[in-house]
Amino acid sequence: MALSRSGRLINKHPGSAAGRLLAVLPFALLLLAYAVGSDIRLSENPNDKLLPSFSSLADAVERMAFEPDKRTGDYLLWVDTVASLSRLGGGVLLATLLGAGIGITVGLIPYARWTMSAFIAVFAMIPPLAVLPILFITFGLGETSKVALIVFGIAPFMMRDLALRVSELPSEQIVKAQTLGASTWHIAWRIVLPQMMPRIIDALRLSLGSAWLFLIAAEAIAAQSGLGYRIFLLRRYLAMDVILPYVFWITLLAVVFDFILRRYQVWAYPWFVSERAQS
Amino acid sequence: MKLFSKTLVALATSMSLMVAGASSVNAEEKKEFKLAWSIYVGWMPWGWAADQGIVDKWADKYDIEIEVVQFNDYIESINQYTAGAFDGVTATNMDTLAIPSVGGVDTTALIVGDFSNGNDALILKGADSLDAVLGQNVNLVELSVSHYLLARALETLGKAEKDVAVVNTSDADMIAAYQTDDVTAVVTWNPLVAEILEIPGANKVFDSSDIPGEIMDLTVVNTETLADNPAFGKALAGAWYETMSIMLSDTPEGAAARAAMGEASGTDLAGYDMQLASTQMFATASDAVTFTTSESVTSTMESVRTFLFERGLLGDGASSPDIVGIAFPDGSVLGDEGNVKFRFNADYMSMAADGSL
Repeated sequence: MALSRSGRLINKHPGSAAGRLLAVLPFALLLLAYAVGSDIRLSENPNDKLLPSFSSLADAVERMAFEPDKRTGDYLLWVDTVASLSRLGGGVLLATLLGAGIGITVGLIPYARWTMSAFIAVFAMIPPLAVLPILFITFGLGETSKVALIVFGIAPFMMRDLALRVSELPSEQIVKAQTLGASTWHIAWRIVLPQMMPRIIDALRLSLGSAWLFLIAAEAIAAQSGLGYRIFLLRRYLAMDVILPYVFWITLLAVVFDFILRRYQVWAYPWFVSERAQS
Repeated sequence: MKLFSKTLVALATSMSLMVAGASSVNAEEKKEFKLAWSIYVGWMPWGWAADQGIVDKWADKYDIEIEVVQFNDYIESINQYTAGAFDGVTATNMDTLAIPSVGGVDTTALIVGDFSNGNDALILKGADSLDAVLGQNVNLVELSVSHYLLARALETLGKAEKDVAVVNTSDADMIAAYQTDDVTAVVTWNPLVAEILEIPGANKVFDSSDIPGEIMDLTVVNTETLADNPAFGKALAGAWYETMSIMLSDTPEGAAARAAMGEASGTDLAGYDMQLASTQMFATASDAVTFTTSESVTSTMESVRTFLFERGLLGDGASSPDIVGIAFPDGSVLGDEGNVKFRFNADYMSMAADGSL
């Protein structure tokens, strides 16, 4: 307490109520700015599409999520969500398996490190969106190429990250395991992998943002459904009344996934979380 | 807390001013104007006319300034115009109706530059009759003129869109997409059409010359801005038809102009001439006036608005295609006369034809 009396800004903490208020503040400001901006534009042109009113946003949500589409009879928001999440899930799962498998191998085995680490470092720098035509011709225009784009987008980062984490393990652990007679396979499976699990979750959390980006890019190029497909299709008609709720929905899904991963990490690997809190 | 609420109000006000600032380009008399254009065979003249100082020359004549801005993304240019950041834009008749007009921005077709006469085409892989398209996946930019062309092609067979499966595909990736095995039918526009037709096995089975005059390339301007500033319309029309007379002439100057336009659109003189061959450019203002004042424009807009209405693009509250009024040079109106948001106007083209600019 003595410190906080010194009056320096870095020592002043808000109370818990004020803290919550401060956290809400930027969101409230954004909403307010939107409401005012939308009001001004709509008073000039009641049909303005750029910043629709909250009621037309609500109408669009009602229409996209809770009423069957006039032409197809589908509930578009849910059809799009299922299509996008299955692509995202496939891509992220594959990227995680590849990232963990290759990352751990490269981090642990010198021969693999010499062969792969320079290659992965260079490969990770290729912007996948710039070589899209090659991806198409190789994987076709269907679901495979969308999943492949996500994998190419995030797997190299996960490989590099995990290889780095493996090399950070104290060498005493590896030596000790060897004196107890463990084989390379044993060490990888019993010493390294269990310690990498929470770190894989970290890498996954950091990659999810990019994974969404690549998913939406893939859906913009060729698709018949998906959250990114709908946004890019309706952008042609400046239908911000649908696009904004979709953006909100994507953001919400991403926040929820991040939250779930973090809680799972705390629940499943408490030793890791407490260790990190100490350091 | 007082300071806090003051800051909040100030912040909100400044943010909303930013937003409002972008929308206040329309209305009242002014001196500075902005025209947006994008790369397409029928709109390349704007870029060239700006480079050659032709636009400036005509703007000076009417004592105004016109900034000509090139967009790499066609739809973005229309969206920016609709949001109020530009006074005019190049667009097709269909996109003008669906974006600014439905968006409540009263828009006038000032110059009808050309209509597509083969530039948009349906191409099949390994089949050479139109009815082979039935039951196939068709890759195209959904809700674009390509989609419209497909709908019109299916109409000629007495079929509808449910008889094929449309796959939305970005135009930037159309050529790569065509080369994958699962793509067997595409609808797209030039120069992509020419590029794809060079691939063995590609057959053009329907193109815009089968529906002549229906896909028009326009230069449109904000109606209110034009009413308050006729000088803007006069300068644009003057610059456009001076450019036409140079570029379409069979002279070294004309060839040089077309070569420059070809280069600016990523091809050369031969490539650009080939695209012009499937574009019905109106070389003179009087040709454009004859076309714009003809009956066929009304029937075209009838079929365009029906296409848009069936796809929900005239707004979700729209109970009939009549919701947005479309006015023609003779004063007739298609749809709601109280809500005219798209106007074909031959006045400025007529002035250019009479030489009274």
